Amino acid sequence: MMTQFFQSRLFLLAALVLALIIPWLVYPVLLMKILCFGLFAAAFNLLIGYAGMLSFGHAAFLSTGGYMTGYVMSEYGLTTELGILIGTAASALLGFVFGKLSVKREGIYFAMVTLALAQLVFFLYVQAPFTGGENGLQGIPRGKLFGVVDLSNNMVMYYFVLAVFLAGYWFIHRTIHSPFGHVLKAIRENEPRAISLGYNVRHYKLMVFIISATLSGLAGSTKALVFQLESLTDAHWHMSGEVVLMTLLGGMGTVFGPLVGASVIIGIQNLFSGGELGSYIHIIMGVIFIVCVLLFRNGIVGELNKVLKNNF
Amino acid sequence: MILKQTVVASAMALALGANAVWAEGISDGKVRIGVMADMGGTYADVCGKGCVTAVEMAVKDFGGKVLDKPIEVISADDQNKPDVGSAIVSEWVAKEKIDAVGGVVASSVGLAISKVLTEAKKPLLIAAAGSTAFTTKACSPFTAHWTYDVAALANGTVNPLVAAGKKKWFFITADYEFGKALETVATDVIKKHGAEVVGGVKVPLSTTDFSSYILQAQSSGADAIAFANAGKDFINSLKAAHEFGLDKQATMVGLVVFASEVQAIDPAVIANMRLTTAFYGDMDDKTKEWAKRYKEVFGKTPGMSQAGAYSATMHYLNAVKAAGTDEGTAVMAKMKEIKPDDFFARNAVLRSDGRMVHDMYQVRVKKADERKNEDDIFEIEKTLSGDQVFLPMVETCDFAKK
Repeated sequence: MMTQFFQSRLFLLAALVLALIIPWLVYPVLLMKILCFGLFAAAFNLLIGYAGMLSFGHAAFLSTGGYMTGYVMSEYGLTTELGILIGTAASALLGFVFGKLSVKREGIYFAMVTLALAQLVFFLYVQAPFTGGENGLQGIPRGKLFGVVDLSNNMVMYYFVLAVFLAGYWFIHRTIHSPFGHVLKAIRENEPRAISLGYNVRHYKLMVFIISATLSGLAGSTKALVFQLESLTDAHWHMSGEVVLMTLLGGMGTVFGPLVGASVIIGIQNLFSGGELGSYIHIIMGVIFIVCVLLFRNGIVGELNKVLKNNF
Repeated sequence: MILKQTVVASAMALALGANAVWAEGISDGKVRIGVMADMGGTYADVCGKGCVTAVEMAVKDFGGKVLDKPIEVISADDQNKPDVGSAIVSEWVAKEKIDAVGGVVASSVGLAISKVLTEAKKPLLIAAAGSTAFTTKACSPFTAHWTYDVAALANGTVNPLVAAGKKKWFFITADYEFGKALETVATDVIKKHGAEVVGGVKVPLSTTDFSSYILQAQSSGADAIAFANAGKDFINSLKAAHEFGLDKQATMVGLVVFASEVQAIDPAVIANMRLTTAFYGDMDDKTKEWAKRYKEVFGKTPGMSQAGAYSATMHYLNAVKAAGTDEGTAVMAKMKEIKPDDFFARNAVLRSDGRMVHDMYQVRVKKADERKNEDDIFEIEKTLSGDQVFLPMVETCDFAKK
């Protein structure tokens, strides 16, 4: 028990050191993208991995965070943290509405309701004048953190994004390991039993849905500032699918799975965007998804965990 | 003795001269042009690998070297996503030391890239994106909007038709930013010339059943139907119009149509449609020569985007040569100073706001029995001078007045 604990401590420390020095080795914008999507996938994983709810509408939260932050930053020139706060709050609010309407349903019906709601949001962003339609919101200023730190430098921005990411991950970690998190797992494993034990299941589901939406919004807000643009790509249902792929590939219900999944998917996208294989990107992603579902259903981190457990 | 001294002295002078060129000349010993395009998505035929080929052809035709330094072409797939495009370009600027970016098809991607390149002070040579924003609200001193824009297409197509007596117009508009912008531009032209818009429908993106919209168009009594949509939407709506016999009753007018689409549609459906293009490969000897060479390399007939990509690259390289440097500001100044002149850019000038103004062509799509071969698709009805079709400079681009 002790050694395991120590090992994980050591591992976390090593990961942190790596996260601090890696922008000198890899292009920081790519890293920031990975961190944002890692957080997004982790928020999604909280829902599917721990509460067993497959949402197919998470793009709505990502884009709402991005659009709201982008809008207030460009229009009112707020400081960075206020911009992100507003974007995140908007997603939380949207999460409440979506959750209220969808948690009554289960399984495929839940997925369909979330998808339908997300499509409504997509339509809204296509039509609303402030989003700039398919041209998107362009040239969003990154602003100054607390009115002091200028984030226009990519290195500075990286450490800010890393801090946001760590805060988000820490929050997820706390949620999973709290009594609340245990109740979620109980609901995932056997919902009728959780009900018979006296838990208000719907209430718990709504709570975790809102938390997941909020963190997705946080990821979207941060992403909009990293790229200084927000577009319909984030609101499209493809994005809702991509986050499922990231989570499944990395390992559903594992803490680091989503980050690994996001790194792999974005790494592949980045790798293939140049060069001859560019046009095969969709095929490659599809093959990866099929291989993942057929061969290692626990995802990369899930399978690694299994190997470690069996051998040590 | 004297001879020897002279030789040494001149050799030294030469060496010094070379050094001086080196200092202000080509940064890091190479000129790198990045081509951003859609390699496998919706716009792959409009500006995908073909645009890369066109840029490579231009580099080869230029001799592969400028100011004795090699020219390198790199390319990437933006997947029509602005965040992907902007990330790649900022990486190109930071790591690959890129000197200019060409290609660019989705306007959203172009706008995002333009922001990055303006900050980096590197030229952006837009070959296929059509938004007028590049020379209005999002204009930049480093953008050269080369091939066309939607205003020019709408102007070029609508003007002659109104003059020819088409007085009642009906719009079939894709219900998103692109379609609405197109309709607004075309409506302005129609009204300016004393014709009227008798109606219009806004159709959701990716609709497959156009029958109800076509029936509305039919009952409106319009004598010209304008299609303010693109790609699959355009093809589907045109097919429906043909099935309902609308094309017998009124003239079909495509506002943004590419040669690749015309080739892909059954001649019976699209015959006699009027549209505007910036380039037609089968036009004259100069275009035929280039189109033939392109087809030998790439295997497909070039459209205006590919021709534009070639022409823009050529002009850029000429400007680098004339300026003696690949530094962005100096090159842009030269690009605007020298008049582009090749098979594509005729009576052309790169305006100070970044709009390349050149001749456009109003064409009629030929019927099946009029076509001699697969590339023989248009009949040029009218050559339109750039001043007639492109929008005048706007006041918001303050750099343009200088």
